[in-house]
Formats: sequence, structure tokens, C-alpha cells
Amino acid sequence: MTRKAVALISGGLDSLLAARLIQQQGIQVEGINFYTGFCVEGHTHAIRKKDKDKVKRNNALWSAEQLGIKLHIIDIVEEYKDVVINPKHGYGANLNPCLDCKIFMVQKAHEWIQANDFDFIITGEVVGQRPMSQRKQTMPIVSAESGADDLLLRPLCAQNLPATKPEKEGWIKRDLLKGFSGRSRKPQMALAKEFGFEDYAQPAGGCCFLTDASYSVKLQDLWDNRGHKKYEIDDIMLLKVGRHIRPDQSYKLIIAREEGENRFLSGYKGQFQTIKTVSHAGPMALVEGDKLDQQQIELACAITARFSKGRDEESVELVYSDKGDESQAIHIKPLLPQDLPQEWYIA
Amino acid sequence: MVYSVTDSIIELDARRLFCPMPVIRLQDCINQQAVGTRIQITCTDPGVMNDIPTWCRINGHEVISSQEQYDEYILVIEKKDG
Ligand code: SF4
Repeated sequence: MTRKAVALISGGLDSLLAARLIQQQGIQVEGINFYTGFCVEGHTHAIRKKDKDKVKRNNALWSAEQLGIKLHIIDIVEEYKDVVINPKHGYGANLNPCLDCKIFMVQKAHEWIQANDFDFIITGEVVGQRPMSQRKQTMPIVSAESGADDLLLRPLCAQNLPATKPEKEGWIKRDLLKGFSGRSRKPQMALAKEFGFEDYAQPAGGCCFLTDASYSVKLQDLWDNRGHKKYEIDDIMLLKVGRHIRPDQSYKLIIAREEGENRFLSGYKGQFQTIKTVSHAGPMALVEGDKLDQQQIELACAITARFSKGRDEESVELVYSDKGDESQAIHIKPLLPQDLPQEWYIA
Repeated sequence: MVYSVTDSIIELDARRLFCPMPVIRLQDCINQQAVGTRIQITCTDPGVMNDIPTWCRINGHEVISSQEQYDEYILVIEKKDG
């Protein structure tokens, strides 16, 4: 009887290697990839014009194709919010709840194998690889709290861990698995070479925006100023785009940095108050927050004008629109750099 | 999810969604269909021109056509017995 395993495929090298090690033992492997909304894949490339010409591949799909396996991509945006907002095990260096995230993903994979009649789960985790989620002490926590228990096998470091069911039952030969540990990438690179994998992705920090310091500062600012830790998918998408400037607690500006971002932000007309430079080439800005009073409108326009081609002119014309049909033309002198305090910039 | 059926081709609207969401929409729709069904998906993220054909290759479905029209990307996919 051919045993079946589902591999958590992140798009990085480790999950690729883990899946291949198990395939080599005659196990039928399929891949699963979770979409949280914070994934680094794609978005900024799709938005920013300068990135558009580069061919951008989805690394999880690429990995699956290298392995010759099916890939199931699962939208967990809604359920994942609770992981980001209330991580039981806390955050890492930034707003990355890596341990809770791992537990959640393995738990979803466990539900998936039960529904699809698969035998066990594999991940590319390596003991000691990451400070938070891949320490020796946290490995059993992921197995236990996800409910997967000994159905969770980590082929790259299995020899450093207690035997799992696939090993105990003889579905898998333990001595053909690996005993990698620590932060060095050399063993993985050597194994990639042995398997003939080239051109694989090597994400620096982690697989998602939550490990990014500047992104995390913007998310924290959003929570602080709303007074609660909720978010919608549009919120987290907008944190990836533009300059974020907060002149006071009641609102912030998201100012496009180039044409692609201009177009992207234009798609939010009607949902946000907007500011558009009209007399000169210049950015589109969204106002996130309360409805602006006249003084705030003028300041917001002066800030936006500062990033237009008319930044050195005496007067620039902009149009401010509220969320409805009302708009007004504003003629204003762009804010001088010295009048735009550094602390207004979020991140 | 927005979709409608016209002449046995299912139309999926994935405009303004970023990858991999259009792929997920296609996957969730195709999983409900019989072999031979065709699905036309309209997207605005250019990434779909790579991601949808790759997803179809690894899952055994066929891209019948793909075209760019006024900043939109339209692909027709046929469900195979992958
Ligand atoms: S980097 Fe992001 S996706 Fe990866 S484990 Fe941490 S929180 Fe989860």
C-alpha cells in the first residue's frame, strides 16, 4: 500500500528538500500552501510599475513543479487574524507570531490529511534554524498543540527528534532522513546540489511581511490609532504600498511613490478620502481616518504637493475628495522639507 | 465568489485580486466541476500569466487560451482528469 504524505510548501529551499527526501522513500507526496495575506509573494511586484516587467514566479508553485507534485493553495486570511492578533506564544523580533503560526498551519494540515485520507504531514523545519519557532524546545509544542502529534515528521532534522509514527511503523526509514541542526545553510545547499535543484528561493528574514521591521511598525501604528487590533485584507495590503505619514492621531496619509502605486491607490476612491495633484505630475494620496476639517485638508494637500513635480513652486493645485461625490480644488504652497517632521513618517 | 455560467463556460471574476488569490478562486471552482468543464477567468494581476499556467501544469489541467486585453488578463482553462 502506498502511503501518502502532505508537505507544507512555503516556496523556500527547506520544504523543497524535505518533500524530495520523502518522495525518495516511495511515499506519494502532495503539497499544501497557506495564503495568510501577509505573504511576500507577488503583491508588491503586481503593484509597482518598475517591478512589473520582471517575471515574478510564485515560489510555492515553482517548488511543486520541481517536485512533480500537486499543490493545494488554501486561503486562511480570515482564520489567521486570530493568530496575528492574539498569539498565545507571543511575537518574535517584529509582529511575527511564528510559533503560533506554525502550530496553526500544522493544525490545518492535520485537518486536511484527515479529510483527504493521507497518512502524515511533513515540514522543512530544522532544529535551531530560527530563533522562535524552530528551537528544540518548541518542536514538540508544534506537534502537540496542532493535534498532529507523531504524524508530524521533519525529514531534515528527524534524527535529532523522537521517532514519529511513519518511522515507527516502517513506512519511512529513519536512517535515510537527516539530522541537520543550527543556522548554517551549508547542509541544505549540499543536499540541493545532490538533488540537482538550482535557482531555488532563499528568503532572507522569513516567508512573510510580519518579519519585516518597517511593515510591523506600520501595522502597530494602525492598531494603536484605531484603539483595537483588528484588520481587514485591504488594510494589510495598503501597508505594503506608498509612504505613510501621520500628521495627527486622527488620520494618516498613504502617498503613492510611483505610477503603479498611483493606479493601485486610485482603486480605493469611494472607500477613502483622496487627494490628487492636478497642476503638476504628482502622487495620489489616500486619507485613512476621520473626515478631515478644512485645516487638515490644507495640511494634507501641502504634504502631498511636497511629493509632486511642483514641490518648489509657490502654488500647486490639488483636488481633495471625500468618500462621496464632494470634492474641492485646493491651491497651496507645498510644505517645505523642514516643516515635515521626521516623526510624522511611520517607519 | 462571483461567477456565472454562459454556454457551458463558467466565468470567474478575479479582478483586483492579487496572486495567489486568483489561483485559489480557480482551484476552488475547478474542484467543484466535472471533467471537460471550461472556466474563463478575468484578472488584473499580471502574475496570473505565470501562476495559472504553472498551477494547471502541476495539477493536470489545460490552459486553452490566454490573452491580455486593456490591462486585463483572460485565461480559459479546461478541467482534465488530473
Ligand atoms: S515568517 Fe510569517 S509565515 Fe513564516 S512562520 Fe513566521 S509568521 Fe508564519
